Amino acid sequence: MMAEESKKLITGGRRIDGRALDEIRPMAARTGVIARANGSAQFAMGDTVAIAAVHGPREMHPKHMQDPVRAYLKYTYAMAPFATQDRVKPGPSRRSTEISDVSRQAFNSVVFLEEYPKTGIEVYVEVLQANASTRCAGINAASMALADAGIPMADLIASCSAGKVEGQIVLDVAGEEDTEGEVDLPIAYIPRRDEIALLQMDGLITLEEFKKALELAKQGCIKIHETLVDALKEKYRHIELSVSSARSEDKEDV
Amino acid sequence: MITKLDKEFIRTLARDGKRENGRRFDEFRPLKIELGYAKNAEGSALVTLGETRVLAGVKLSVGTPFADTANEGVLMVNAELGPKASPEFEAGPPSAQAIELARVIDRGIRESKCVDLEALCITPKEKVWIISVDIDPLNDGGNLMDAGGIAAIAALYNTKIPKLDEDGRPMFGTDAGRLKLRKIPVPVTIYKIGSAVVMDPDFEEAEAADARLTVTSVDGFLCAMQKGGTGNFKSDEVVRVVESAYGKAAELRSAIKDALGI
Amino acid sequence: MEGYEENDVTPAQPMDPNSVLVANNKALVTPGELIAKGVDFLPGGGTYKDAGEVRSKLLGIVRLRNDHLVSVVPLSGQYMPFSGDGVIGVVADVQISSWMVDVNAPYIAFLSLSEGVDEYVDLQKSDLTHYFDVGDVVYAKVLSVSKRKDVKLTMRDRVCRKLHGGNIMTITPAKVPRLIGKGGSMIELIKQHTGCHIIVGQNGLVWMKGEKEALAAEAVMMVERESHIDGLTDRITSFLTSQQG
Repeated sequence: MMAEESKKLITGGRRIDGRALDEIRPMAARTGVIARANGSAQFAMGDTVAIAAVHGPREMHPKHMQDPVRAYLKYTYAMAPFATQDRVKPGPSRRSTEISDVSRQAFNSVVFLEEYPKTGIEVYVEVLQANASTRCAGINAASMALADAGIPMADLIASCSAGKVEGQIVLDVAGEEDTEGEVDLPIAYIPRRDEIALLQMDGLITLEEFKKALELAKQGCIKIHETLVDALKEKYRHIELSVSSARSEDKEDV
Repeated sequence: MITKLDKEFIRTLARDGKRENGRRFDEFRPLKIELGYAKNAEGSALVTLGETRVLAGVKLSVGTPFADTANEGVLMVNAELGPKASPEFEAGPPSAQAIELARVIDRGIRESKCVDLEALCITPKEKVWIISVDIDPLNDGGNLMDAGGIAAIAALYNTKIPKLDEDGRPMFGTDAGRLKLRKIPVPVTIYKIGSAVVMDPDFEEAEAADARLTVTSVDGFLCAMQKGGTGNFKSDEVVRVVESAYGKAAELRSAIKDALGI
Repeated sequence: MEGYEENDVTPAQPMDPNSVLVANNKALVTPGELIAKGVDFLPGGGTYKDAGEVRSKLLGIVRLRNDHLVSVVPLSGQYMPFSGDGVIGVVADVQISSWMVDVNAPYIAFLSLSEGVDEYVDLQKSDLTHYFDVGDVVYAKVLSVSKRKDVKLTMRDRVCRKLHGGNIMTITPAKVPRLIGKGGSMIELIKQHTGCHIIVGQNGLVWMKGEKEALAAEAVMMVERESHIDGLTDRITSFLTSQQG
């Protein structure tokens, strides 16, 4: 046990899981994974897996939260009880409440909420398996699920984290890097607009290191954004191949 | 709640480089710190930032450490946004806003490592000091985050550790020495109003803002950050905002040190 | 852009040299994806214009009309009531002088007494459940949708009526045009082969009644499932023929 403390997390520019400093873990993205939801998706980066369901737009509950001019975006982030080594007590915690709220705010900047006044658009994210960057995986799953639900959005949001491990700036911290690392910087990013929709940071970092980490996290988000677009199109790929698609749009009663 | 007209007015002023209160974009309201405001707390501070008033109190107790940090004391930050401080706040369990306030201040203190938690160990694996910092806004005149963060660090600075009796129980009201702070982490929140960025907003300005970024820093390092609000920052804007928050924190730190008599 | 008719042929305008169509007609696009640049292109349904660029709001298929109007046809999503639509609804509540009707949309629809019943009703004596009760299924027209999304229905159209018996199924509202087919060709095909009476609501609810309800339902599901694969009409025809007799 004690010997492990001296174990190096980075050797010769490679991390313990073999990745380069600026490398994201392998990703897997899929949409339409929950049939009963209006939209759904699953996103994995390495051993972190999140699933998202979107219900609505539908009547807003509780009613006093109804906004007469726009939809209310409800975002719930939760951990499955078996997502981590120690069982997670079901129900909201201070941590999950905060993550839900900052994620909700991030999506507020892209969803055309004014198209559905008085309604609620409900996003439910559950982390099925946690190995760092769970809020990022959740946001990526939610981004796809919202698009899958046909919710109008100005853009897809992509999210990933950078960190500082043994004094070096790395992309997408995982495993021991998460527990032993010095800094975690999760962001959510809209590549085309070069906009930061979510940013949290903890740990000691200099201004210069921060700039480097932010840049790296942005690069990660750009790659993730491409993955999200591909996954969304995958489900409908055959349509593009179909020559006679979208032929008749007649709105006729029978 | 502020009206659409108020919002538009604030945004128009901001676009022209002005604020309704006549302050510069990076100008804080006068800061006042009163230590020992709550006599039954082991440490307390009332921070006044213009109309905003936040009281922070520190209570100590003896308890068992967490298994993974068996030789360290425990630090907890909690915040309640009670209706007394604003008609916007509701009674009942902590809102998402209250939780965020507490957690952002908590991360600023924790990540700065300003409190030597190992020094709070009484008997390894068995007995440690548990420090509870409670943030209690008395009036929400905007910028609770910075006022609350300053109140928390001032209250910790003001904290006296009680002596223990023969059975190892704390004798409240006695003084076995001050809680030592190694650094002074200072949060500075920057609010984006249209294309302008302002510091220390009053209530109306905070309501009119699209987004905010809280940057907590100590000498030489940033230690915690949190973006909030439904609007976004351009990425080069983030870098500029972080730089100016870091600079402002240094300025505030010396004012805080003066007020604390360090 | 709502109300822009497909048949409104605008005379060809001189093309602005800086205007470019980036995504092709019928291309599959995702939210935020660039479709066209420049003043020659107008944002239609499912798109928005930002900094002179027309981008998609939705996961859907690009449709270019008259070389100018760019829209995106959604592949998924809820039904949004539109004035004039024929919808199938389920009565959710009976009030003092009106009914609330669930039309499978984000908003519950309102049917007033005067729009619901074509005769004098004395509210002192009459019980509105006599006309429509909770759980009743109606085929109604959307009378109006306000800016704040108050949806009003009417039964004042010869096709509108209470639906008795039969079977109801729900399909993705985005697929309704495919189920109806060009000039009603697809639904006529299913009706002919099954002998069922079928009503398709724009809101994705489909009512069918007849001896071969199950067969009709299967055909409808097939359309929903395979609507974007070529040769749909032929496949539906051979499916229905093979099941006959």
